[in-house]
Amino acid sequence: MSASPAIRSQLDGRNPADHAAPVRIAVKDLNFYYGQFHGLKNINLDFRDRQVTALIGPSGCGKSTLLRTFNRIYSLYPEQRAEGQILLDGQNVLDPKIDLNELRSRIGMVFQKPTPFPMSIYDNVAFGLRLYEKLPKAELDVRVEESLRKAALWDEVKDKLKQSGMGLSGGQQQRLCIARTVAQRPEVILFDEPTSALDPISTGRIEELIEQLRSEFTIVIVTHNMQQAARISQFTAFMYLGELIEFDATSKIFMNPAKRQTQDYITGRFG
Amino acid sequence: MTALTQSVALARESGVAARIAPSKTGDRLFQGLSYASALLVLLVLAGILGSIVYGAWPAFAEFGFGFLTSSAWNIGTEQYGALPAVIGTVAAALLALVIGVPISLGIAIYLTQLCPGWARKPVAMTIELLASVPSIIYGMWGLFVFAPLFARFVQVPVSNVVEGLPIVGTLLYARIPSGVGVLTAGIILAIMIVPFVASITRDMLDQIPTVLRESAYGIGCTTWEVVRHVLVPQASVSIIGAIMLGLGRALGETMAVTFVIGNANRLSASIFDPGSTIASRIANEFNEADGLQLSSLMALGCLLFIITFIVLIVARLLVRRTKVA
Repeated sequence: MSASPAIRSQLDGRNPADHAAPVRIAVKDLNFYYGQFHGLKNINLDFRDRQVTALIGPSGCGKSTLLRTFNRIYSLYPEQRAEGQILLDGQNVLDPKIDLNELRSRIGMVFQKPTPFPMSIYDNVAFGLRLYEKLPKAELDVRVEESLRKAALWDEVKDKLKQSGMGLSGGQQQRLCIARTVAQRPEVILFDEPTSALDPISTGRIEELIEQLRSEFTIVIVTHNMQQAARISQFTAFMYLGELIEFDATSKIFMNPAKRQTQDYITGRFG
Repeated sequence: MTALTQSVALARESGVAARIAPSKTGDRLFQGLSYASALLVLLVLAGILGSIVYGAWPAFAEFGFGFLTSSAWNIGTEQYGALPAVIGTVAAALLALVIGVPISLGIAIYLTQLCPGWARKPVAMTIELLASVPSIIYGMWGLFVFAPLFARFVQVPVSNVVEGLPIVGTLLYARIPSGVGVLTAGIILAIMIVPFVASITRDMLDQIPTVLRESAYGIGCTTWEVVRHVLVPQASVSIIGAIMLGLGRALGETMAVTFVIGNANRLSASIFDPGSTIASRIANEFNEADGLQLSSLMALGCLLFIITFIVLIVARLLVRRTKVA
């Protein structure tokens, strides 16, 4: 038995999974602990270049935790630790010697809630650029415009770049955050439930945007919305209680899952 | 559903619900009482202001605007002027801000961003304890412990170094290195306002959502960049409020300042020299004053009122401008 017609109808087959794409992030024997709590158990998973991989599963299954290991944002909290290997282009992200700031400029992250910084729209985008590149003003302008265009926000804000980013609507703020991330030209973009605080129209625009960004970036998205996973991802990983239950092409997961638990989840029997 | 509606209708018809309307008296009494409390505050404020202005009137009538610009304070000839005290008040309070605000921000940032979890409580507790020390203790400690050390290890060596130099030679030269003076008062005031500014700022930084902090780290900011460009601007309105609260306290603080400022009615360009503030002048002379002297002290009180009021207005304007930006 496969997923409900509502979810199946989202699988239009326009973007089949590319099993031959090179591996960008390879997770090997990853274990994660919140103090004593074992949050992720022996995760092994490959994320392929220029593909959207969705992480799905019920609340507390560890999908956000997994996402937060890639840029080591968890290391802000001393009681959290990860063991194992996460290879970004062959380099182990969990290596204590790695430069965290440089790593985070290579792996961008967009959060559940829009988080514009308390500065102008222009500066929100230019801020990240200035951290890692010394660009002359003219070039900075070009990069800011390019990023805002990629985030499908340029036309709405081009006349008010000097205004505060806090004055935009929720959906616009989230696209501003995407522009800020894109501006740094990262290799990977992590989305942690990016539309959970947005209305359906803004959600639709963010989803379109993610499809477009796939041509340039490797994308990992955590989502609670299975239709969203079906719509925008090429690969899907189903997680449950800190374990990776099944990982495959999105069409396979939703049409013909191999595991009983996956089937129960996508048909809505639990979770 | 229909069954339920019917049974509700039945219950109504059967007259069980012959309801008693709640009495309005209690409500009116409550409204009247809270209205009276609010009014009382206004009346008290107006009363204090009115009586001070009334008491100060002879001095204003005698000296006019010259009261503000004159630096005389001579009980024998009955000549009084406010300039040294006003300048002393503002100078000591500003010095307190210059010294105290960076330290307060440092404490708040350390406590919220850098401090390991187990150390947070003790450090925060210590700072709050500092706030509960009575000001007379600060004054006593300032005069008997801090001032001699300050004279010996700061005033004397610094005066020796800067003597004869332009500007700093005047600003930082102690004619009589006794330890007391405007800067000493500023330092003691700084110690007194740090706990307030630091704990309000800490609370405000704590209230910033974690996702904002994480997303700043997420684009590769260092801790300094996160604090400087994201967290502090985000909390700027509240931080300005906290600073203004500290300034208000520093302007009006009496006991500690009276002990350590030196109580000299002299205008000096050096912050090492003794001076006086409005509050210290009043505290020193109020007991024996009468006639025009008493009236002049009242007038000083009026000026302190006005200065504090100006601070309040400036704070409001700053807060509004930051909100718009």
